[in-house]
Amino acid sequence: MIIASLAFYLFSLMAMVGALNVIFQRNPVHSVLWLIFTFFNAAGLFVLLGAEFVAMILVVVYVGAVAVLFLFVVMMLDINITTMRRGFLTYLPVGALIGLVLLAELALVFGGWAVAPAADALRAAPTPNMADIPNTQALGQILYTKYAYLFEVSGIILLVAMIGAIVLTHRRRVSSRKQSIETQVARRPSDTLEVVKVQTGRGVSL
Amino acid sequence: MITGTLAIGLAHYLTVAAILFTLGIFGIFLNRKNLIVIMMSIELMLLAVNLNLVAFSAFLGDLVGQVFTMLVLTVAAAEAAIGLAIVVVFYRNRRSIEVEDINKLKG
Repeated sequence: MIIASLAFYLFSLMAMVGALNVIFQRNPVHSVLWLIFTFFNAAGLFVLLGAEFVAMILVVVYVGAVAVLFLFVVMMLDINITTMRRGFLTYLPVGALIGLVLLAELALVFGGWAVAPAADALRAAPTPNMADIPNTQALGQILYTKYAYLFEVSGIILLVAMIGAIVLTHRRRVSSRKQSIETQVARRPSDTLEVVKVQTGRGVSL
Repeated sequence: MITGTLAIGLAHYLTVAAILFTLGIFGIFLNRKNLIVIMMSIELMLLAVNLNLVAFSAFLGDLVGQVFTMLVLTVAAAEAAIGLAIVVVFYRNRRSIEVEDINKLKG
């Protein structure tokens, strides 16, 4: 139990350090790497909460896909880092002020909030006992039955995002020579072939 | 169960999530030049929301929070893909990803 508590403090501290570095790093590549670090620590926090499946999904989806996507884009674009930092200090006070105001608001909300006594009865899918059924199995049992439509809708969202990203970034290269199948198929012998009767001693004019 | 400062409750997780969310907002205001870092800040904010959802799910004993977390993850992944595609297209057209340069629609 004490190890779990210490792990919580370690993971949360490291997640905050990572988030701070995402914001303050000079080089966007370093920001992405710190983002990966933050996600790893958040996954650790999820494991501590008993949500192993979501933790692993976080690692696979974020570290494996989204962060690598960010890395690709950062490296693809030729960004001038020095001009990127211009005005950093002018935005610092405003940003800090807004951040502090937001944090104070969140603290106020949290200070005045308590779990409603009736909340237990309103649970849509009470968590089964972890000893009986693992987290992944429990999630699967409600995800594919009760929330099947949401699951399918999220699949459609991913499909639309995939098509959208391809359509947005795809460009037809003018310089590349590609086979034009319809032109080849539509070609008829009469377009190109001419049968000429050659008379003896005359030849043909081309 | 141990009590005192070492007992981790819902409040601890909510505090971490609130700080992460605030850092995300802070990052948006701080990096006004770099569109990619702004998108990373948005990812941080989504992560904080996910942490909140999972914490409530664990402490209130309702599994739906984790289902919803997965949906948020899906939408975040889609958002990142589309957003980065737009950034790439924008960079091709303007050779810049500064927020100040995104003013074509102003006329």
